[in-house]
Amino acid sequence: MNVIIDNLDRYLSGFGLTLQLFLVAAVAALIIGTIIAVMRISPVAALRVFATVYTELVRNTPLTLILFFFAFVAPQLGLGLDYKFLAMIGLSLYTSPFVAEALRSGVNGVPIGQAEAARSVGLGFSQTVVHVVLPQAVRMTVPPLINVMIALVKNTSVAGGFFVAELFTIGKELANANGNAVIAVLLGVATFYLLITIPLGILAGFLEKKWMVSR
Amino acid sequence: MDGVAMSASGAPVLFDAPGPRARRRSRIASVVVSLVVLGGLGLVVYILGQPRETSGGVTLTGLWHPSRWDVVTNPDLWELIGQGVLNTLKAAAAAAVLALILGVVFALLRSARTPWVRIPSMVVLEFLRGMPVLLMMLFILLAFSSGAYLAVVLGLGLYNGAIIGEALRAGISSLPKGQREAGLSIGLTPFVTRMVIEFPQAFKQMLPIIVAQLVVLLKDTSLGFIVGYPELIRTTMNNLGNALGNKYLFTLFVITLVIYVVMNLILSAFARWLAKRR
Repeated sequence: MNVIIDNLDRYLSGFGLTLQLFLVAAVAALIIGTIIAVMRISPVAALRVFATVYTELVRNTPLTLILFFFAFVAPQLGLGLDYKFLAMIGLSLYTSPFVAEALRSGVNGVPIGQAEAARSVGLGFSQTVVHVVLPQAVRMTVPPLINVMIALVKNTSVAGGFFVAELFTIGKELANANGNAVIAVLLGVATFYLLITIPLGILAGFLEKKWMVSR
Repeated sequence: MDGVAMSASGAPVLFDAPGPRARRRSRIASVVVSLVVLGGLGLVVYILGQPRETSGGVTLTGLWHPSRWDVVTNPDLWELIGQGVLNTLKAAAAAAVLALILGVVFALLRSARTPWVRIPSMVVLEFLRGMPVLLMMLFILLAFSSGAYLAVVLGLGLYNGAIIGEALRAGISSLPKGQREAGLSIGLTPFVTRMVIEFPQAFKQMLPIIVAQLVVLLKDTSLGFIVGYPELIRTTMNNLGNALGNKYLFTLFVITLVIYVVMNLILSAFARWLAKRR
């Protein structure tokens, strides 16, 4: 326990960086993912094809390879940024197709009869979308989106392998420096991750139950 | 357009059917956007192909220059890459078997009827699912000095076992109550009922989710790169990258990317096929 208390400032600095990576990548992934999802259901075939290829390509590439690209290959191509920003770009790109898929399945999950019913009682396009389709789609989208975000929190640890001194790196360094207290050091690191992932998991489960629509 | 926009008859639901002028406009938009997308991609390919001068004043050849790609004819390169693929598949297969076994065990413990078993196993499962796999690998590597291979396999096995266990538990609890009652009423013990009657059905129901999780597991073997296991990325990007020099780094990246995407697409296609067959 003493190891954790003595090094609390280092833990907190790592935790801060983990939070930074998470928040920036989460916002960026939500934006890119939304654009990809809209492209995926757009009437323009070229956009649909592009979005599909992007989704399949990025989803099937390991995060390690994407972060390796940004840490080692991209600087060779003239994209020399701080490793932290490169990791943020990599995490955002990797997470975006998962966001897009969650959004798409939510919108597709609203039964067609709902829109038909809205139209047949005389609602226009924007009324149908705003009052009938979107409220139902959001309910079905938010819990899976939270799960995507939980995965993102855990994935920030991979950036630790590429020169970003976030929580995982701090844990590795402290474990190497305190060979007799490895278990305590790493349990400390795990606690910080659980501090974010468990509340988010409970929130997702709660919203899922609360918003479950029986059809 | 799929989903909300079209009814079964193919007529748009959200808005009235477009007339001839609106149809012409959307056709023009489609062509313009296609040209913009293709042009953008072409521009990126063209820029990557241009020679580039570094800050040191050295001129580097473009990425599509033959001198960057001549290694692909070297059989030794492919032998090493094959070794990397093999190591990746070896770790993934061992971890998948472990994850399936642990998944069954976890599901049994998690749905036990005594709270003394159920609640502690719930806590352990939440713990395993809530922390990064990479941290688990590092933990096993340092706390048990297990070597990189075992760290990768045990880490992936425990983590994915916890996830598969939750899926199986959800499968069991979604079965009709009569299944268990029928088993008990013909004289099977509760344990035998669970193993013989409930598990096979839960497993079959959750098969697509389980296979999808195994695709994730295959991708996650790449974390072995960080804990020092010579899987595909460590073989190509690190070992070969250092041996051949930075000139070939992009080439090796493209090769690695293609191998991973092909492996995962094959597994995902298998998962989709399973989901449909049910």
